[in-house]
Amino acid sequence: MNHLLSIEDLDRAAIERIVTQAARFAEVSDREIKKVPALRGRMVLNLFYEASTRTRSSFELAAKRLSADVVNFAVNGSSVEKGESLKDTVLTLSAHKPDAIVLRTPWAGAAELVSRWCSAAIVNAGDGKHEHPTQALLDVYTLRERLGGIDGASIWIVGDVAHSRVARSNIIAFQRMGAHVTVAGPPTLIPRGIDALGCEVRYTLDDLGSADVVYALRMQRERMSETWVPSLREYAAWYQINGRRLHPRQVLMHPGPVNRGVELAGEVVDSPQALIAEQVQAGVVVRMAVLYELLAGVHVPRPVPEPQLA
Amino acid sequence: MAAHPLIHGPSTPAELLLADVHVLDSRAGIDARHDVLVRDGHIAELGEPGAIEGPEGIETVEGRGRHLLPAFVDPHVHLRTPGQEHKEDLETGTRAAAAGGFGAVIAMPNTDPVIDSAPLLRSLRDAAAREARVPVGFLAAITRGLAGEDMTEMAELREQGALGFTDDGRSVSSAGTLRKALQYQRLCGGVISLHEEDPTLSHGGSMCEGSVSAALGIAGIPTVSESTMVARDAELAMYESARVHFQHLSCAASVQALAHARSAGARVSAEVTPHHLLLTDESVRGLDTRMKMNPPLAGESDRQALIAGLREGTIDCVATDHAPHAREEKEVPFEQAPMGTTGLETAFAALYTGLVLTGELPLGLLVQRMTAGAALFGLTTPTIATGEPANLTLVDLDAEYLAGERGWESRSENCCFAGRRLHGRVLLTLAAGAVVYRERVFSVVAA
Repeated sequence: MNHLLSIEDLDRAAIERIVTQAARFAEVSDREIKKVPALRGRMVLNLFYEASTRTRSSFELAAKRLSADVVNFAVNGSSVEKGESLKDTVLTLSAHKPDAIVLRTPWAGAAELVSRWCSAAIVNAGDGKHEHPTQALLDVYTLRERLGGIDGASIWIVGDVAHSRVARSNIIAFQRMGAHVTVAGPPTLIPRGIDALGCEVRYTLDDLGSADVVYALRMQRERMSETWVPSLREYAAWYQINGRRLHPRQVLMHPGPVNRGVELAGEVVDSPQALIAEQVQAGVVVRMAVLYELLAGVHVPRPVPEPQLA
Repeated sequence: MAAHPLIHGPSTPAELLLADVHVLDSRAGIDARHDVLVRDGHIAELGEPGAIEGPEGIETVEGRGRHLLPAFVDPHVHLRTPGQEHKEDLETGTRAAAAGGFGAVIAMPNTDPVIDSAPLLRSLRDAAAREARVPVGFLAAITRGLAGEDMTEMAELREQGALGFTDDGRSVSSAGTLRKALQYQRLCGGVISLHEEDPTLSHGGSMCEGSVSAALGIAGIPTVSESTMVARDAELAMYESARVHFQHLSCAASVQALAHARSAGARVSAEVTPHHLLLTDESVRGLDTRMKMNPPLAGESDRQALIAGLREGTIDCVATDHAPHAREEKEVPFEQAPMGTTGLETAFAALYTGLVLTGELPLGLLVQRMTAGAALFGLTTPTIATGEPANLTLVDLDAEYLAGERGWESRSENCCFAGRRLHGRVLLTLAAGAVVYRERVFSVVAA
């Protein structure tokens, strides 16, 4: 594996290999000294075009636990604000010879594009509304730890599917691991044609009881430039996961940060069914496994692909 | 109309004998091998192969196995002048047209500044009289600054040679504003050419809405964004008895709306691009920004409806919507990239390869559809007949090559067909009586 650009590129065996490696690293996290020398002397560059606290710090922690050097490049206050293009920023930063670049941008396909411009391993930490593969991997890991596996499980992804890269990566990853996926949400937030990914589509939570796993998505108020639902109040009335809707045998997941009282009621966030804290913990070990998979044992510089238009 | 509608740079009338070429001009009823003698820029004689003796000193082009077609006419190109000459200019754009076998093109007014006043149009035409290799006609804006509000001085623009009016790149979203322009057309004439898109439906979209956009997480433009506007404006055209042309149709519903308007007697016409005839949103999956255009590539059933519409004549003609963009503008993430693909240099070969060789469209009909844009805008249709000015394209249908392998005449290289294996190479183009393009032949001659 040269890059982690999308879940689409990973078959079941690759996903299993990464989560199995993550389980080994989980043991490291319980030690007094939470560090292994696997990537000593390697450099990981975090390049974030969007605000992110948890994903960025999770990658930073993962790299440091593998003894890699980490450079964080935030776009705010940088040359990007002076009009530098993505390509020029990447070419400039590549002069420092990073071994891996962790990239988050608001644009679909940006990670793949960058992978053609430099020799570093590219990890897609979110490209627009397209994909967020490490989130999907950590969700698979979390479910495997809790349920032992998700073959045959029914997973409902609930909420704003249209604006969610997490939804897209998880629809693919969960199905690849043998689960049956249903997406549910207001019709304005379920993209036309999403069923082509193999999932079922529902517009109510009437049959939510059939789910083994309820995966609630964040209502991304900050990204909504227009009215997609009449009000958050009405959204909550129809789609909020609360104690009444969540069955005790179900587990609950959420990519964070949670809007309490919108997509999730406080009582379920604090319930033992919620795996939200486990997801955050899984984030570090899964990202360790991803960096390890991409960098460990790879010492020869990768060939830089021929530059080509777009 | 005072000014001549088409304008080109200085040229020398051609003197040529095209020997034993297969002349194909279905409109003129010719589909046979001939010698064609061009003298002083006009077709002087058509004869049996070997029948015409070239006059002393005249160049003979051996045409055996090659086809001679009427030069194509493109009613929709972006030459980017004034203001965006880093993408294209009058010279490079018309050079690309010549290389694609086009003998005339019509340029859109969405430049910087917008061509919305007579002095601007006049200076642009002056520049074309110096720089254009192929005759160019110009459309002016319907509304000032393409703002969709106030009409331009359409009558004066017509006097200065505007072939018609368009806010291309945008629709005239206010029906009331468009209605006034359609009424005013009774005074000034000229075709009102419409880019159809409901901005409240398309807004924020970068590709066609469907399973591919859903999988990519890219905001989709629904096909109804175009078709509802075609239906609306066809009704307006009918109500005002106006002459309206629909640009770059992209979906089945638009073809249906157009067919309905035609059967009801509306004076409407339409064009379709090679990329909408040959590609679908599946081509966007790799997020190649050359596949990003407006209107976006739609689904396979839409593509089939466009082919059927062109074959049956619901859609009148092919237009390239040649839309050059600089490399650095396209070498960005898909959602950030500007919309548009170049098309002049690949149009014929792409359509010949993708529709004629596959049996979906006869060659003669393709040639008709690639020249029909002229009459729609009141221009003379290129015809292969004695006494006609030489507007001719010589093609080698058997030539096989990769699009773009020898580079481009256009200043930009954002061609959606780049790298595809195409059949059919333009060898020679004559426009308005002059040789405007010859295939570059690299051969080493011993000293």
